[in-house]
Amino acid sequence: MTPTVVLPVIIGGLYAAGVYLLLDRSLTRVLVGFLLLGNATNLLLLSTGGPAGLAPILGYAEPEEMSDPLPQALILTAIVITFGVTAFILAMIHRSWALARNEAVGTDEEDRRVAGRHDTDADELDPDDLAPDDRPAGHADSLSERRLHGDGRDPGAPDAEELADDIDLPLGGGR
Amino acid sequence: MISVLAPLPVLLPLLGAAGALLVGRHPRTQRALSLLVLTAVLAVSVALLLQADAQGSTAVAVGGWPVPLGIVLVVDRLSALMLVVASTVALGVLVFAVGQGSADGSEETPLSIFHPTFLVLIAGVSNAFLAGDLFNLYVGFEILLMASYVLLTLGGSAPRVRAGITYVVVSLTSSLIFLAAIGLIYASTGTVNMAQLAIRLGDLPAGTQLLLQSMLLIAFSIKAAVFPLSAWLPDSYPTAPAPVTAVFAGLLTKVGVYAIIRTQTLLFPSGALDDLLMWAGLATMVMGILGAVAQTDIRRMLSFTLVSHIGYMVFGIALATVSGLAGAIFYVAHHIAIQTTLFLVAGLVERQGGSTAVDRLGGLAKRSPLLAFLFFVPAMNLAGIPPLSGFIGKLGLLEAGVADGSPLALMLVAGGVLTSLLTLLAIARVWTRAFWRPPTQAPADDTAAAAASDAGSSRGSPAEPALVGAGVADPDGEPTQRQAAWQAAWRRHERVATAGAPDWAPAARSVRALRPLPRVMVAATAAMVTVTVGLTFIAGPLYGYTQRAAEDILERTPYIESVSDGPVPAEEGE
Repeated sequence: MTPTVVLPVIIGGLYAAGVYLLLDRSLTRVLVGFLLLGNATNLLLLSTGGPAGLAPILGYAEPEEMSDPLPQALILTAIVITFGVTAFILAMIHRSWALARNEAVGTDEEDRRVAGRHDTDADELDPDDLAPDDRPAGHADSLSERRLHGDGRDPGAPDAEELADDIDLPLGGGR
Repeated sequence: MISVLAPLPVLLPLLGAAGALLVGRHPRTQRALSLLVLTAVLAVSVALLLQADAQGSTAVAVGGWPVPLGIVLVVDRLSALMLVVASTVALGVLVFAVGQGSADGSEETPLSIFHPTFLVLIAGVSNAFLAGDLFNLYVGFEILLMASYVLLTLGGSAPRVRAGITYVVVSLTSSLIFLAAIGLIYASTGTVNMAQLAIRLGDLPAGTQLLLQSMLLIAFSIKAAVFPLSAWLPDSYPTAPAPVTAVFAGLLTKVGVYAIIRTQTLLFPSGALDDLLMWAGLATMVMGILGAVAQTDIRRMLSFTLVSHIGYMVFGIALATVSGLAGAIFYVAHHIAIQTTLFLVAGLVERQGGSTAVDRLGGLAKRSPLLAFLFFVPAMNLAGIPPLSGFIGKLGLLEAGVADGSPLALMLVAGGVLTSLLTLLAIARVWTRAFWRPPTQAPADDTAAAAASDAGSSRGSPAEPALVGAGVADPDGEPTQRQAAWQAAWRRHERVATAGAPDWAPAARSVRALRPLPRVMVAATAAMVTVTVGLTFIAGPLYGYTQRAAEDILERTPYIESVSDGPVPAEEGE
């Protein structure tokens, strides 16, 4: 048996292209990437069966001449599964388009909120939220008034652009 | 006897799913059918557990085909225990979902789709636990994943579609790696039957073994959410409906952990990657819990603790001693129950408080003491407070680590203690803020602020100088996030100041929709809490059982012999 170089090259090429497309933000490309990866894996399974031979089971070939039926059965199962998943992803792309006119992978707003909480602790109570009796002794109402009527924002607070830079993602919502 | 019973945990839910689809127009019948099916699965699983504990490992050749050709289902102590815990949890979640469905109509859990899909999910989980060959394991994974895609995107709202995309793409990648690994394993050994593989893989060159082992480990680690491969989980779980998140959190990652246990002990007993697994376990524990501490949403916090506590199980597996594995198996059983329960409680909190964001909750303990109790007990259990089962599981693992004695194991022991403490911290923050803070301290009228913060973060408009009096919106344009928050705070402050009366708190309490908690949902959650507490009471026998299971799987021969000594042929096909 002479090993063929064609199958490994095709498998490798499909894997490379599939991974490249899978890393894209556009869902359609992700889908195409997934299809390429699935085909690459199916070819890999096919090549595990050894060299091609005559049809098995039917009984007109000697066992030595038959090709291995098991990888083919595995490929059939894998193809069916890929088919089902593809239909589901297409439905999701359609849904995403219908909802947002956008088929890119969205960002998680809650992630961004958590990432944006620089120095404010989640447990830190805002003195203004407390009952007057519960406020710490040093709390001055004038302070909050100055901040309200001053520039209206905490000097330490980052603005949204800055937040987006923190996590290296484009601003959420549509683009 | 066992040849009839073993395929049932897979067969019954699949048939039940078909039946549930047929009666989709009759919600009452559908509910009764799925409850009946899951009760039957639970009964069968218990029978299998008793049988497995008495007789050890048993293999069943489905359809009566001889071993290398047909599909083999193997019931040993590990898989039987997993089946029992999984079906218990599934039944509890289903009752919760039925309660939610009858309370809400079918908005949150569209019954006609939810019940069949849920049953298919359980069939996939059972199939993965029982599978005796790698490809059947792959099929089990695919069944449960397909069902989980549908469940995660139920209703198809924008956040769920966004979360679903992440989940689907990550799961697909892991499945493809798994499938490629199966192909390579078949190419190098000529079989996918796990018992045969256990014998043949040892003859391969060390490099090939290492490659196959790492591919399987990567595929399963994605599913189990082990640290470098865990980022998808907190991103995708929290948006789903409460029962769905609960069953996902309980079962799906543990199927991955189960697969890691199987392959690490049965197929690759050399332990070439044990040190790497130790590091992964440590990183999972610490990084996961640091993420949990940062969260302000209960569900996201729970998702991060879920990731974090997977680290304990990985630790037990990596030790590869009887005590380590026994601890890991016990911890899996404990964690399935506890994490599911906590997510169910989070669902109740959302109903009672209108949100799971801790910033918007307050005074739940006063409003619903029962809910507070239902949260407190499993939360303390998760953190590992004695005498609950979480403490016993952690103690077992830490003892196993100390017994191992290597510097790395001791480091993991320290990491485990730290994780336990930080879990307590994360839980305590939710407990004090959501349950004990006076409701007025929770920003009551923050809906405007929240909406502004949602919109503001995406719009990124520069902050205008705010020329606002108390409670008057900026007329020039949309108030930014900070301004809106300040306005809300100011309004609250002024209302308090002008009210002036000592009973200011009730006056300032906003009109918040108080939804009564449906009885069935509370009962289901209470039952699950009882189960988690019950684990403490049966911890002695259970630990003995996991000890025997760990001895079995480390010895390997019971599993291999049960398959190679001619499995019991089944009378029925699948």
